[in-house]
Amino acid sequence: MSGGVDSSVVAGLLAEAGHEVIGITLQLYDHGAATARKGACCAGQDIHDAKRVADHLGITHYVIDAEARFRHAVIEDFASAYAAGETPVPCVRCNQSVKFGDLMALAVDLGAEALATGHYVRRIEGVAGPELHRASDLTRDQSWFLFATTAAQLAFCRFPLGEMASKNLVRAHALRFGLPVANKPDSQDICFVPDGRYAELVARLRPEAATAGEIVTREGVPLGRHEGIARYTVGQAKRLGTAAMVDGVPQMVVAIDAARRRVVVAPRGIVRDRLVRLREVNWLIPPPEAPISCLVKLRAREEPKAARVTAGAGGEAAVELAAPALAAPGQACVFYDGSRVLGGGFIRATQVDEDGVGAVSEPTYGGVAQR
Amino acid sequence: MPTRIYLDANATEPLRPEAREAALAALDLTGNPASVHGFGRAARAKLEAARETIAARFGGQPADLVFTSGGTEANALAIAGLAAGRRRIISAIEHDAVRNAAPEAALIPVDRQGVADLEALAGLLAKGPAAFVALMLANNETGVIQPIAGAASLCRRFGAHLHVDAVQGAGRIACDLAALGADSLALSGHKLGAPAGAGALLLTAEAAARLTPMITGGGQERGRRGGTPPLAAIAGFAAAAATARPSPTLAALRDAAEAAALAAGAHICGAGVARLPNTTCLALPGVKAETQVIALDLAGIAVSAGAACSAGKIAQSHVLAAMGLGALAGQAIRVSLPWHASAADIDAFAAAYRTMAARLSRRAA
Repeated sequence: MSGGVDSSVVAGLLAEAGHEVIGITLQLYDHGAATARKGACCAGQDIHDAKRVADHLGITHYVIDAEARFRHAVIEDFASAYAAGETPVPCVRCNQSVKFGDLMALAVDLGAEALATGHYVRRIEGVAGPELHRASDLTRDQSWFLFATTAAQLAFCRFPLGEMASKNLVRAHALRFGLPVANKPDSQDICFVPDGRYAELVARLRPEAATAGEIVTREGVPLGRHEGIARYTVGQAKRLGTAAMVDGVPQMVVAIDAARRRVVVAPRGIVRDRLVRLREVNWLIPPPEAPISCLVKLRAREEPKAARVTAGAGGEAAVELAAPALAAPGQACVFYDGSRVLGGGFIRATQVDEDGVGAVSEPTYGGVAQR
Repeated sequence: MPTRIYLDANATEPLRPEAREAALAALDLTGNPASVHGFGRAARAKLEAARETIAARFGGQPADLVFTSGGTEANALAIAGLAAGRRRIISAIEHDAVRNAAPEAALIPVDRQGVADLEALAGLLAKGPAAFVALMLANNETGVIQPIAGAASLCRRFGAHLHVDAVQGAGRIACDLAALGADSLALSGHKLGAPAGAGALLLTAEAAARLTPMITGGGQERGRRGGTPPLAAIAGFAAAAATARPSPTLAALRDAAEAAALAAGAHICGAGVARLPNTTCLALPGVKAETQVIALDLAGIAVSAGAACSAGKIAQSHVLAAMGLGALAGQAIRVSLPWHASAADIDAFAAAYRTMAARLSRRAA
């Protein structure tokens, strides 16, 4: 229970259905009660809100100290990824370690029969066990963030909001339950950088990622300077300064060379990946022995696109995109069969490929509910 | 939901009937003790009677007792009002009420049993003049009784002030300002079985004379603590102080609870030294303290671990860490028997603990 509307409604629905509900709120970081910022997950005010919701629903509630684990598994990993020239997805790390790792272990220890969360995904009983599917409301779908959920975790988890047709319906339930958080705004940012200024956090933990360096072409020709690779993501067109435009052609970031602290740019739209390599792949189907044709999503907010995925050894996989696209190292690539999540992995840094043209959207954390 | 059994007396004692009666009677009394008229005089009489009872019970003079809102304020007042210009030395296992009021203090280490090291205190005292020392009578998490008499004689030798946080010890073991040889004593009403809202700082005449107030206000408490005193809480405090006595029965029940926990694989923190009769600190190797507290709560047994912050989160125990318990410091719960604990309560605790230990220790292994 984050103290937000979604998990509060989940608790209310389950209590209404007659389950013995135990609410757990994870204290993930010391946000400082002084900020009292609304709309961010698990900060001081949010823990207070979660307790008030639990009181209101008449359910048992506990606050678990997950600060040390969160710092190590999520925040430090986040900073390290930027220092390595990648663009991390901290929500996936949090789900892997804190939520579906430690929290689930606690639920099992306490003799719980299931762990329910406020995620917008569907869990559907299939012939070969539970399947993970996109949410009914595709604008809320969080399946991309949950690709690393293992079969064992999926078996134990329940996602009552996955079937909700819209967020308005969820708010209607909150109002019906009389929840004090019914009108609370959605969280938009990365929860541990509620002001959105993640580069400052990265600079504090990994000063080398905040050290100035060169902006260069793919041939290594210097075009300008940058103030730390942590401020750049593959696909980005902002913050390029004098390198933003070369001979009247707008440029964008196509690679980050962490070792030499270089940001590599190329004319917008000309550099695309046809082959994307993945690591730490999780399969929610038996790992296919032959390449499979499916849909993939390379970022949180985009329509799935056609691809062929080949499972490799050591948790790797290779994704051949039908239409080349730009893949940002560190982001997730999730495989779908229609609405069903088949698996996914983290994008590895790849060789620059010059095929293809097309518009590029910038990766963003704004506007999509995290977790 | 099973029957709820309360074994968290060190957080707050259940209300004693004597305290309830006294508090209720005081609630019906209209009048501000500072007023001139008859109503005021009646309230004042009640306040002063309570002051006399409590001062006598804990070995001080009524004129040298300052009522506060509770133990935290009593400790804060001692530090703010008596430690100015002095070097601060506190034990490593003091309550946050002391630690956070003296954040820059030098720390007296404790041994593995949780007893303050007096040789270390002597060393700290010898480093310079005019120290203010805080050493608690008994620790809130382990119940381990601290060597106050020894600390007092050291403090006398070095001209230091000795403040004793007696919040947990008062009423449960001998607690007498004069007999302990301390200069000030912090007390809390609700830890004795009174309603929360009143505590006291009991001082020697010498310390009382040099106390600087934190709150001046209307000059109440002889100018040492402004604000209208909560008469009902204070009346309850006096009644609870008069009633609370060291209890051999509680010690026997506590021992029975420990025997059951030991048999289930627990380690008892501070087992080798003198402890409060109602307190035991049980570490279950490999099982997080918060999981134990939650599992027992779900089984209807209320215990605690470490110090709960305002969010209700269980923080790592600085007390057990100071005892050098390593990982066990995060795996220990505090069981503290209330004044009315019964054998049936302990049987229920033992059964719940066995069940929990069997389930969680197996997973941890």
